[in-house]
Parts: sequence; C-alpha cells; structure tokens
Amino acid sequence: MTTAPTMAAPMAERGLVGTLGRAGLVQILLIANTFLMLFPVVIMVFSGFKSNVEIFQQPFAIPDFTNLENFVRIATETTFPRYMFNSIFVTGTSIGLILMLGTMAAYAIGRYEFFGASFLLLFFIAGLTLPLKLAIIPLFILFRDMGILNTHLSLIAVYVAMGLPSTVFIMTGFLRSLPRELEDAARMDGASEARIMFKIMLPLCKPALIISAIHNLVPIWNDFFFPLVFIQQDSLKTLPQGLTTFIGEYNTDWGVMFAGLTLAALPITVLYIILSRQFINGMTSGALK
Amino acid sequence: MARLSLTGIRKNFKQVQVLHGVDLQINDREFVVFVGPSGCGKSTLLRLIAGLDPITAGTLHMDGRLMNDVAPHQRGIAMVFQSYALYPHMDVRENMAFGVTIMGLPAAEIAARIDEAARMLQLTELLDRKPRELSGGQRQRVAIARALVRKPQLFLLDEPLSNLDAALRSEVRLEIARLHKQIGGTMIYVTHDQIEAMTLADRIVVMNKGRIEQVGTPRELFETPANTFVAAFIGSPRMALLPVRRQDDGVTLGGGDPVALADLPQGAPQDITIGLRPDAVDIAVGEAGPGFAARAVYTEYLGDDAFTYARLEDGTLAALRTDPNAHIDDGAPLRLRPKPGHVHYFDADNGHRLA
Repeated sequence: MTTAPTMAAPMAERGLVGTLGRAGLVQILLIANTFLMLFPVVIMVFSGFKSNVEIFQQPFAIPDFTNLENFVRIATETTFPRYMFNSIFVTGTSIGLILMLGTMAAYAIGRYEFFGASFLLLFFIAGLTLPLKLAIIPLFILFRDMGILNTHLSLIAVYVAMGLPSTVFIMTGFLRSLPRELEDAARMDGASEARIMFKIMLPLCKPALIISAIHNLVPIWNDFFFPLVFIQQDSLKTLPQGLTTFIGEYNTDWGVMFAGLTLAALPITVLYIILSRQFINGMTSGALK
Repeated sequence: MARLSLTGIRKNFKQVQVLHGVDLQINDREFVVFVGPSGCGKSTLLRLIAGLDPITAGTLHMDGRLMNDVAPHQRGIAMVFQSYALYPHMDVRENMAFGVTIMGLPAAEIAARIDEAARMLQLTELLDRKPRELSGGQRQRVAIARALVRKPQLFLLDEPLSNLDAALRSEVRLEIARLHKQIGGTMIYVTHDQIEAMTLADRIVVMNKGRIEQVGTPRELFETPANTFVAAFIGSPRMALLPVRRQDDGVTLGGGDPVALADLPQGAPQDITIGLRPDAVDIAVGEAGPGFAARAVYTEYLGDDAFTYARLEDGTLAALRTDPNAHIDDGAPLRLRPKPGHVHYFDADNGHRLA
C-alpha cells in the first residue's frame, strides 16, 4: 500500500450537530417521535388490564398483566366476538374483491392495447378524487331501494368502490413496468393469455398487491362512518361501531372498552407487520434481469 | 429440418412502414445473421418470424407450410431474448420446464431434456437457483438452455450478447457456434455487432431502413460489397468512401492531382465513388509523389497493428493500416497510392457496385 495523501480535516462543527452528528440528531428525533406515537397505544393496552377505579387513580401505572378480567368479560359477556367476526368478514371480503377486480382491470388496461384504455384508467383514477362520504344520502337511498341496507353487502360494495381506484392505479403502473419480453417468452413457450397472467405476471406483482392490500386494509378495518349509517342490527355491526355500545349514557366500563380496543387493534397490527416485511422482501428480490 | 422462405414481407406499425418488402430464403441448418444499424428492422423481422407480431403483407413459409397465421408456439421455434426474459420467480429448472410442460410431454421426457440441456451448457449445478442468483453469463446460458429443451427446428436469437461484458461475449459467442455445430438446427441471429456477424454466420443479411441491402457469406460481403452501405458497414475500421471524378485512366479527388487506377472498370460513369479499406493503399510520407494527398490526423496503436487516420483533400477521414513500428507524426503530409485489385468502385448516384 502506498500512503494516501492526508485528507484535509473536515470543518469543525459546533453545537448539537457537532457532538451528535447529523445522523445522531435524526435518530434522536425519530426516537422521540416513536415515543409520542406509541404512548396512546401503550396507555390503551395498559388500561385494558385495569379496573375503572385504577384507570382514573393511576392512569400511567404499569398494571398487573395477569389480571385478565376485562378480556374474559369481553369474550363472554359482550357481543365483541360477533363484532370481530363481522369486521374480519367484511374487511377480508372487501380486500379480496378489491385485489381481484383491481388486478384484472389493471391487467387489461396495462398490458393490452385497445381503444379507450387510457380513458378507462382516467375514469378509475377520477374515483380517487371523489369523497364517497358526500354521496352518503344517495347511497343510502340506493341501498334501501336495492334492499341491501342493514346487510354486510352494503359495506362491502362501498369499500370495494373506495378501494378500486387506488388499486387499479398502483397495479396498472406496476404491470406496465414488467418487461414485455417476459410475456413474449411465455407466448413462445405456448402459454395461453390466462396462464401468462396467473403464472408469470401475477407472481411478479406480489409487491404491488401487498402495497394495495396495506393501503386499503387499515381504512376499511377502522371505518366507523359507513357501518354507522348502513347497519342498525347489533349482530351485523363491525368493531369500531360495536365498541361504541360499550360507552353507556350514565356509566362506561373503561377497562372493558380498552380491552376491546386492544383486541380490535391486534389483528391489523400483526397483519401490517407481516405484510410490510413481505413487501420489503419483494422490493429487494424482485429484480427482473 | 427448417427451410424458411420469406416473400414480400411488409410490416406497418400504425401508419409507419418499417419493413418494405423483404425477400429471403434460409436453408436448413444454416446459421444466418441479421445485421444492421439500430432501427433497421432486423429485430422486427425476427419477431415476425417468431409470430410475436402479425405480418402486414407478404408470406412466410416454413418447409413449404404457410406460417403467417400460425401461433408462435406451433411454429417449432424457440427464441432467446436480449434481456434473457427468464421468469424471475421460477428457478432454473422451472424456467426450462415451463414450455415443455405446456407442450404436454411426459415428466420423464421433460427431466431427460432438462438434464441434457443443462449438461450441454454446464448448468447442472445451478438448476435449483433463481435467476437473480446467477451471473449475467449464467443467465444467458439458461436462456439458451430454455430454448434448447423445446428441441426447436429454428432458433431465433435477438442480440443475445449485448448485455454481456467483452470477455464473456467472446466466450458465449464460441459456445453458440459450438452449439450450432452440435445440434445442427437452423439459427437466425440478430446483432448490430459486425464481429459477431462475421464470426458466426454462414450467411449474413445486411439490413438498412427496412430493406435488405445484401445477403452473402462473410467473405462475399467483405470482398464484394454490393453497395456503399454494406461497404461502410462491414469491416473495421470502416472503408473510406471517396467521391472522385474520372480523368483518363485515373481519377481526381477534390481538385487534387490525377491518380492512376489500373483496374478502373470500363464504361464507368464520370462520377464514381471509390472505397478504400485500411489495407488498400501504399503510404508514403511527403508532400509530392503519386497518389492522393492527405494529412495524418492521429494514430491508434493496437500492438500488432496501428491505424493512422488521414484527412483527404475532400475532407474524408480515411483509416489506414500502418506499421506499428513506424512513427507517423500527427499533421504529417502523406501520399496514398491505391493498390491494384484493392479498390472498390461504386456508382456515385445510387451507390451500387460497378463491375
């Protein structure tokens, strides 16, 4: 090794940036932000293990985690399991339909040349700009006339309509970015159009499918507005709407309420973590050439 | 067995015609290379033969059978793509099996074919890897192996080496030549690289602007180019093309002294273009003497060879092979005397070869 010429010493920086460095400062900010964001979540989980009295006397104390009374009551004395099932059913069906229909529409728009393709795409994207909540009264009347008010079908219909624009948008862009030569290669191999879509293109779309799923999952799971308007029957209510029934006019069992919230947030949080990992894997390993 | 016959092939993309009537016969077991500058239609022609794009007009016959409307996979063709187009989510074995599985071959036959192709291309160790875990050269070999397992009558290769680095390129080039000898199918190979074309081809098809300029063996193209385009395209460094005027038994260039040309074709028109390859002249340093006056611009030293680039009186830059041990100063005056039998003559108007 020859000796390298000595580098000029970097300009001395003063103050916080000097002692911690730019990256250090960013880290501190991010950690502080993490605490801020997690704080209400932690309080929610803690409160789920406390009685009403404890919640108000020592709101920040660490509870006795072996005290599962609230969770037992939720599971046995309330209709919470029913709400959970309804939420899973409505969200799952909606996401499934959104991904299926969205991908099919995007595949046609993205990979076939036909008259009106770009108009169709614009039509879908226009849906992004429409606040569906403004149409609540006509929707209500429409669903009433169709006789699907007070059914899960009404919720699923609205959610699918809400989710399609972004999904078609994301998937069209992604499908267009896949190399055409792959399709040609499959065609030379004798694959039918359906086989090309299901065996070649869709497996490659996994990252985009997961983005679309995550993008739609949280708003649908947490939606309070549409169930409030469309669903009256208690056994059909979804979690966010159902949990409000725990808030009574004269007294509220906050412990049970928070236990319910914790349980309601749990599946979506777990799913989110799993999917994001998948998504990151997809991003790094989807190299095509 | 695959004899190809293309008659009057035209291709339009919307209003734009990119192939203006291509006629070509390709014999069984022949290695044919389509070569030409980018945008000349060579890849388009290949896609038409493959069946990936419809033919606008004209006919394509394979072994006497009309193929215009036959689906790609029923043409008995396999294709190797420029970007390899390996299925990224399948391992090497699955990539190779995809097409033959659709063909409906029995599993034992598929396994046997994959083993054979893998052995031929030294991929046996890599069969369980995903394309992303392979190097560029390995991916290229997988792409070729995937074509091999289909046991096609006709191989199409679309610029298969353009994504490889120089060292690997010559290696895979040899491999392709060896494969062609070994399996003996008909091969059509598209490239813009004339070295690949010259080394691999039985016959070269030189294309330009959607037309075939010349079809011939590498030697024919090099020694008797049919027109100025082929003359300039084949051979490196390029042939210098000089617009000259006949005078007695010689020619003049840009008002310079007349230069005698012993083999000037009889009955040539007044204005002609002569082509000089780097070997075609005797070089003398100095202001006076027989031959075209020129001035050295710079010299490229390549070890065994050296090429001196000289500016002629009409401004043409000509490449000349010179002795690597002799030193020619930049700016030195030169006299270039054409060697008899080394000069190419073309019609100045249409660029066609004279005699």
